[in-house]
Amino acid sequence: MTELCDLTGAELSAKLASGAVSAVEVLESSLGRADAIDDRVGAFLTRTPELALERAEELDVYRATGAPLSPVAGIPTALKDVFTTNGVRTTCASLILENYVPPYDSTAWARLSGDGAVLVGKTNCDEFAMGSSNENSAFGPVHNPWDPTRVPGGSSGGSAAAVTAGEAVWALGTDTGGSVRQPASLCGVVGLKPTYGLISRYGLIAFASSLDTVGTLTRSVRDAATLLSTLGGKDPRDATSLDGDRLDYTAGLDDGVSGLRIGVVAEASGEGVEPGVRAAVGAAVDRLAALGADIAEAHLPHAEYALSAYYLIAPSECSSNLARYDGVRYGFRAGGAHADSIAMMSETRGQGFGAEVKRRVMLGTYALSAGYYEAYYGQAQKVRTLIIRDYETAFEGFDMLVSPTSPTTAFPIGAKVDDPMAMYLNDIFTIPANLSGMPAISVPCGTDAQGLPVGLQLTAPVLGERTLLRAASALEADLGLDLRPPVLA
Amino acid sequence: MASWETVIGLECHVELNTQTKMFCGCRNVFGAEPNTNTCPVCMGHPGSLPVPNAEAIRRIVKIGLALDSAIAPHSLFHRKNYFYPDMPKNYQISQYDLPICVGGHLDIDLADGSTKRVGITRVHMEEDTGKTTHGSESGRIHEAEYALIDYNRAGVPLVECVSEPDMRTAEEAAAYLRELRATLEVLDVSDVKMEEGSLRCDANISVRPPGSEVLGTKVEIKNMNSIRSLERALLYEAQRQIQTMEAGERLVQETRHWDEGSGMTTSMRSKEEAFDYRYFPEPDIPPLEPSDGWVEEIRATLPELPRARRLRYEALGVRSEVVRVLVADRTSVMLFEGAVAAGADPAPAATWITQDVAALRNETGSDGALTARHVADIVRLVADGTVSGAGAKQALADAFSSGAGIPEIVERLKLRQVSDTDTLGTFADEVIDEHPDVVEKFRGGKDGVIGFLVGQLMQKAGGAANPKVAQELLRERLRG
Ligand SMILES: [Zn+2]
Repeated sequence: MTELCDLTGAELSAKLASGAVSAVEVLESSLGRADAIDDRVGAFLTRTPELALERAEELDVYRATGAPLSPVAGIPTALKDVFTTNGVRTTCASLILENYVPPYDSTAWARLSGDGAVLVGKTNCDEFAMGSSNENSAFGPVHNPWDPTRVPGGSSGGSAAAVTAGEAVWALGTDTGGSVRQPASLCGVVGLKPTYGLISRYGLIAFASSLDTVGTLTRSVRDAATLLSTLGGKDPRDATSLDGDRLDYTAGLDDGVSGLRIGVVAEASGEGVEPGVRAAVGAAVDRLAALGADIAEAHLPHAEYALSAYYLIAPSECSSNLARYDGVRYGFRAGGAHADSIAMMSETRGQGFGAEVKRRVMLGTYALSAGYYEAYYGQAQKVRTLIIRDYETAFEGFDMLVSPTSPTTAFPIGAKVDDPMAMYLNDIFTIPANLSGMPAISVPCGTDAQGLPVGLQLTAPVLGERTLLRAASALEADLGLDLRPPVLA
Repeated sequence: MASWETVIGLECHVELNTQTKMFCGCRNVFGAEPNTNTCPVCMGHPGSLPVPNAEAIRRIVKIGLALDSAIAPHSLFHRKNYFYPDMPKNYQISQYDLPICVGGHLDIDLADGSTKRVGITRVHMEEDTGKTTHGSESGRIHEAEYALIDYNRAGVPLVECVSEPDMRTAEEAAAYLRELRATLEVLDVSDVKMEEGSLRCDANISVRPPGSEVLGTKVEIKNMNSIRSLERALLYEAQRQIQTMEAGERLVQETRHWDEGSGMTTSMRSKEEAFDYRYFPEPDIPPLEPSDGWVEEIRATLPELPRARRLRYEALGVRSEVVRVLVADRTSVMLFEGAVAAGADPAPAATWITQDVAALRNETGSDGALTARHVADIVRLVADGTVSGAGAKQALADAFSSGAGIPEIVERLKLRQVSDTDTLGTFADEVIDEHPDVVEKFRGGKDGVIGFLVGQLMQKAGGAANPKVAQELLRERLRG
């Protein structure tokens, strides 16, 4: 039976507006679902039912006055635990921030909260958003609602799983190399990574600043458009946020794909792509053609270097961004007597960070060292420029590009933990959009032979979100998938 | 003993006195309660982001223009990475290979009357760190049991100004630092107080045989808290280096710490121990790309710079020693400019301001009620003989406290001198009649007794006689 918490944000918003349901009823449905299944999913690190209930009650009072509501008002929302929330513990799934309570709200949450969204909790993720399986969390893995023995993808695995399982109607994640799109793909939900700079990063705890992007996990493309309409627009607190007011991205969502030129990325269909993924994506591309899109092959000749460039740039920035976790001002501090402050800092970092974080901090520290900078960081930046040019060239002939989101469907927990390279390859199709700053979306396009969801990725030029959402919406409507994970059965 | 040439370059750090910090909205003030001017950004909280302070950028451009630097059309912030507890992010946002102000120079005047041009390598923008106080029962740093950190200073806009190694003596270095401080002061961009740390200076110094084009082994000296200690440290360090070289020993490239008490420098760290700062472009801040129009707008606001002002004052006839004292003080400059504008003769106006006015201000610790108008009136009334020098001093002191007009004070205190020869002539005749013995002495060649006769005449005039005129009248009569 479909419960309130299984509806989309748009459906719930309509019911709230008509008075068919109250915000408290909607919230209780989501809270009830999480009570029932989160011990099997592990989506949340911190749940905030009391705060949520207070909020929902306030909203119902406000709603009773007949005042107009924002489409996000009253919708149970989860945040990846890398967004600061004033007064609510924010851990980055790391021991080093286990008890950290931020003194301020991230801009993304402040905008949603200002429009009446209801926070149900902070979701599990890979430590400091570093990972593709959610197995790097200091507080244990997240289980894929489609099969609890499998990973939900990462690093926004908790957000993807919570939305899939109905523990939240939608959630925010962050996407530095695919961390929204890949878990969306593995969990069968919609994952949007907008243009770099479209959503403020203020209060998004940094992993790799030039790549980090706020993204959304939703059960429909329309919900992604609704969230982007609330989240987008210039923020004076983020110098890299793009100029421009908030826009309504739901406008024109149903205009279809007729006449759109869509390029199939040739470099993303070769070896390493599972047959089930290739089949589902191929069939969906055929549907796009049937809907009137012009389909042809496209090329990103430098895409093969993207992974290497990413694993130099991201760790380099991360080594600097994570330097502040030293036990001096906030967060965990190693106990005992210390010889001096530097010893205290290194013991704190040694005990507070997990293995993958240490691996990347060391990699980045090395890549930025005197004598190596040009060979590594400098070279990686040049590759980044080449990839941007690849996209610009491709977009001269195409309105958007299509590829699988991930080469595989959800894999078993533990399968790749001892092989970082195999793990890094998960993001091979998603990383180029981060290096180039282009918007991209993952939409469910079917299942493989084991019944696991497959995601299809569309990528558009900078600020091409409207076209991107329109095409994703057309495909979603055409496929009409009813993706209900077995955990709910 | 062979002579050696000393080569000195200075790196100065200047805290800007903007209302708010460099990358956040916290207040930028000296001396507040510890950790009261902080926020998530300047405390380096997770997720916070830096947004450059436009006023700070405007001010560094102003400094660059005053030093004749080129303002880069494209410059970048970089991160300078190293771990230190008073640096909240464990990196400092600074500039590296693309600073905002490139090149430039500062002309300095030396004691022998010559002028020297010191090259400026670069002027760049960065943020200050917090302040650590080490504590222990014994109070000694190396026995410290705890450290207290005040982050009020963390994130204060800091400008680093690097000179070329163009200075050859400690005196030149001191003159450069004085000139830089005076320049920053008229630009009104910083408090430039070395004792409060809003102006700080490190020196690079090496020695070489004269005529050599190759630079010797460079030593950086830190912790000089006044211009005087800069001079002392450089004199000491030059001697130390020369003695080392002459003893046939090798100098090491290192950073040394100046100790004011002992008057010596001691080694802090060698080149091998230097940090690898792992600079890379700050991804949180877009490039700075000031438009030509904006730069020109700032150029139009530049005030007259100290050296240009000194040259102008000298051209007005003020002696260079007086000019130096005059320009060192903002109130003096304002009084002088006002008095000259009101028609006062510049040279005596400058003398009055740097001597009698300065003495009154020192005594009272205030600027009193004195205006440029007062100074101009004093100069004029002394010049035309209306009041004597002593009378003028009295009038000035009165004006300083009362604020009343000089002409009014002269009347009230009866300071007007009698210069009228008819009146004074009558008094002269009387004095000669009354003191025949003294007149006899004068005629016998004792010229000095004229002072007694002038004094007698002054008494008859009630002290208001113009002494010059009185003396002339007496001499005229005694000769006749
Ligand atoms: Zn602050």
